[in-house]
Amino acid sequence: MSDRSGSEPSPWERAALAASLLAVDPIGCGGAVLRGTAGPARDRWLALVRELSPAGAPFRRIPPRIAADRLLGGLDLAATLRSGKRVAQQGLLAEAHEGFAVLAMAERVEPGVAAQIALAREAGEVALAREGVTARTPSRFALLALDEGIDDEAVAACLRDGLAFHLDLEGIRAAETGWRWHTAADVAEARARLPRVEADEAVIVALCETAAALGIGSHRAELLALRVARAAAALDGRSRVSTDDVVLAGRLVLAPRATAVVLPPDDAQAPEPDSPPEQAESRETTSDPMREESDEARPLDDVVLEAVRAAIPDGLLARLQALAARGAVSRGTGRSGDERRSTLRGRPAGTRAGRPGANGRLSVIDTLRAAAPWQRLRRPVTSQGDASLAFHPDDFRIRRFKARTETTTIFAVDASGSAALHRLAEAKGAVELLLAECYVRRDRVAVVAFRGQRAELLLPPTRSLARAKKGLAGLPGGGGTPLASALDLARQLADAVARRGGTASLVVLTDGQANVARDGSGGRQRAGDEARQAARLLRATGTRSVVIDTASRPQALARQLADDMGARYVPLPHAGARAISEVARLSS
Amino acid sequence: MTPSSKRAFPFSAIVGQEEMKLALLIAAVDPSVGGVLVFGDRGTGKSTAVRSLAALLPPIRVVEGCPYNCDPTATALACERCSHGARPRGHAAPVPVVDLPLGATEDRVVGALDIERALAKGEKAFEPGMLARANRGFLYIDEVNLLEDHLVDLLIDVAASGENVVEREGLSVRHPARFVLVGSGNPEEGELRPQLLDRFGLCVEVKTPTDITERVRVVRRRDEFEREPSAFLSSWQAEEDQVRHRILAGRRRLGGTVVPDETLEKAARLCLRLGTDGLRAELTLTRAARACAALDGTKRVGESHLRRVATLALRHRLRRDPLDEVGSTTRIERALAEPLDA
Repeated sequence: MSDRSGSEPSPWERAALAASLLAVDPIGCGGAVLRGTAGPARDRWLALVRELSPAGAPFRRIPPRIAADRLLGGLDLAATLRSGKRVAQQGLLAEAHEGFAVLAMAERVEPGVAAQIALAREAGEVALAREGVTARTPSRFALLALDEGIDDEAVAACLRDGLAFHLDLEGIRAAETGWRWHTAADVAEARARLPRVEADEAVIVALCETAAALGIGSHRAELLALRVARAAAALDGRSRVSTDDVVLAGRLVLAPRATAVVLPPDDAQAPEPDSPPEQAESRETTSDPMREESDEARPLDDVVLEAVRAAIPDGLLARLQALAARGAVSRGTGRSGDERRSTLRGRPAGTRAGRPGANGRLSVIDTLRAAAPWQRLRRPVTSQGDASLAFHPDDFRIRRFKARTETTTIFAVDASGSAALHRLAEAKGAVELLLAECYVRRDRVAVVAFRGQRAELLLPPTRSLARAKKGLAGLPGGGGTPLASALDLARQLADAVARRGGTASLVVLTDGQANVARDGSGGRQRAGDEARQAARLLRATGTRSVVIDTASRPQALARQLADDMGARYVPLPHAGARAISEVARLSS
Repeated sequence: MTPSSKRAFPFSAIVGQEEMKLALLIAAVDPSVGGVLVFGDRGTGKSTAVRSLAALLPPIRVVEGCPYNCDPTATALACERCSHGARPRGHAAPVPVVDLPLGATEDRVVGALDIERALAKGEKAFEPGMLARANRGFLYIDEVNLLEDHLVDLLIDVAASGENVVEREGLSVRHPARFVLVGSGNPEEGELRPQLLDRFGLCVEVKTPTDITERVRVVRRRDEFEREPSAFLSSWQAEEDQVRHRILAGRRRLGGTVVPDETLEKAARLCLRLGTDGLRAELTLTRAARACAALDGTKRVGESHLRRVATLALRHRLRRDPLDEVGSTTRIERALAEPLDA
């Protein structure tokens, strides 16, 4: 621990330190999110936490598609029938009590399940009210969420928020992973010392100031950082939190949560955007914020903030800003259509009470399970030897499925002006390319073209390549740009798709220069205003969209339009069919 | 489900969040206001506040052995057993605060055949569910926007009728289920069905405080509570007692608090100005204002009370306009900026 403040730790050293701290105060730290694919680094890290934890602490692995009765517990049917008494069965969360729950593929966990895990972890107990059992079972555990997400896939915020460490294990080589900071004995000693570790008011102030400056909205971040600082002091054999501990906690807990750009206090005008991040970081540490403990002139919060700023992961802020611009936070992730419950097709998602028939398929096992407890009650006294089962309509359980809804990609193509012919040809090509692929994904495509007085639906949503080719064949170009009408039509189309249970995504190809208003009259000012209004309406529907700027030089107007729509902006001068279809595919 | 055995963080020690505290106090003083929904950022102490309110509620008198917590003096609202026969004996009991956990199944919520008695004795007996236990108390749902659809339907129905009707497994039972519905959640994780939204009388939006001293105070108190809960609780005992007295006094005064015509007119005018749907908005607004006045110890409800509760009572009742990017709260504040006189 003594050389902790030396050179900048490598990613593995940082992760190993987090493992030590977590082992000192697993419940207080809440746990960790481990981002990265399955591999030796992740396995080694999990093994390290296990080695440092008290012998016999349970490690329970939770699969991503866990059923509620295995997660939370429920009625133990066999034991209940055998004993004639209600026997409850523990779920995985209760089994993880005084230990760790390892959530595999945490980024794929449904919001409802994520919330249940988060609530149980925070309350330290499972509130169970399922099928004949109402109980509270203690479940104080730390959660290790394994996040294999790609791009903007991420662990549900309600889970992530309560876990102190957000570690990125991607790119750590197996050879590095032998290193560790502490032995199990060190950690045990620290655990014993932890309740006596004190923290000054200045420590709390520094952590709060830093969190606020980094744009962190949740109090949990500061509380977790405080506990990590205490654990760090305990590991170092001290009973008072030092500046080192606070800096460490800030770097480990607060830096990965940053949502705002923090400029260095002295040169706020020049945030050095050119220097590569590695370089910036190493320079930060040669001026060594961790060694400035003796420098009494500097307030603690400045020291901490500066150190933490240097530790903000490369590219994190850019990624967050991109996400925020798309308003993608609540829209789920990936390209798959919004998921909805269906009783007929899709991937199994549990069962529910209900009548089989047109609306659902019978689940035999669950129906038997539901009927079993009541057999003794239902069977007439006279037929004790009868082995047949008595069913009531309430017993029927039908399967639930989760169907991925169909995605319809709507192209709105600007067919006005001189570039029209070229643009149209490329758009047609893109539609055909997409359709060829859509057939595999069972998705659909629609085309809205706009020129002259108004927009028209050139190709209603279709999956048929032949029909698309026919519909797109005879479209002339030229004339004015009725952008507002086009966006209105696209919105109506998106609404119709959503009403039928699908998911719409919109690709607009334009240079943003509207000059025809909704009523067909000319005039740039009014046409532009109406287009912006139409764009905001589209944004309100939450349709995923992208604006492809087809002008030869990127246009401020097109970018403005994308902002109004909450759309991604992609300048593609002389866009080819392949490039357009690629953009559409990625954004839908 | 009974509340957690863990001791709750003291209500009076919650830093800031005045709007949320006022809404909960109003619900405690006048349950007919119709429940509270707390929506907002994670980690802002939403569920903490609800759970700590439970510790402050004065006890109620219930019929001995009644699973529905019937009031011995109000037989009109009582269950079948309590409304017939001799005058039942009552005793004091804590106000039920029932937690409806996510992942609950329907049988636990509405009640079902008692499985143990069915198995052991072959008897058909009704085992009351959470709605029975919540009668005359509070039903709390954390992450209410993630509740399963069929439970939402069920709650919408029961919250409106005040009665739970069970027709399942050969049972036919109906019992009173009047409770204050309290929900909390984060709107980013899912929207709430409009019908359920309407069942909540008051709606609070909580935000993380941006003020550093407030943030520091939050963290310090939370930390003190976690490290030494007993010492922390006893240091807040006096403040807690004060709040408890305030609730009790508010309840006593509620009947004698009058809403003058002038105030009613102002409430109507405000609702008209905002274009809220139906009478529920006006009714909730005046009831909340009356409870607010009773908490203050004022006999007559005036414009100041209307103004204090207007956003709470109305923000979830405005029609949404996709073109208007201004939030509901701002729209109400704008409407309040003009005088409410004719």
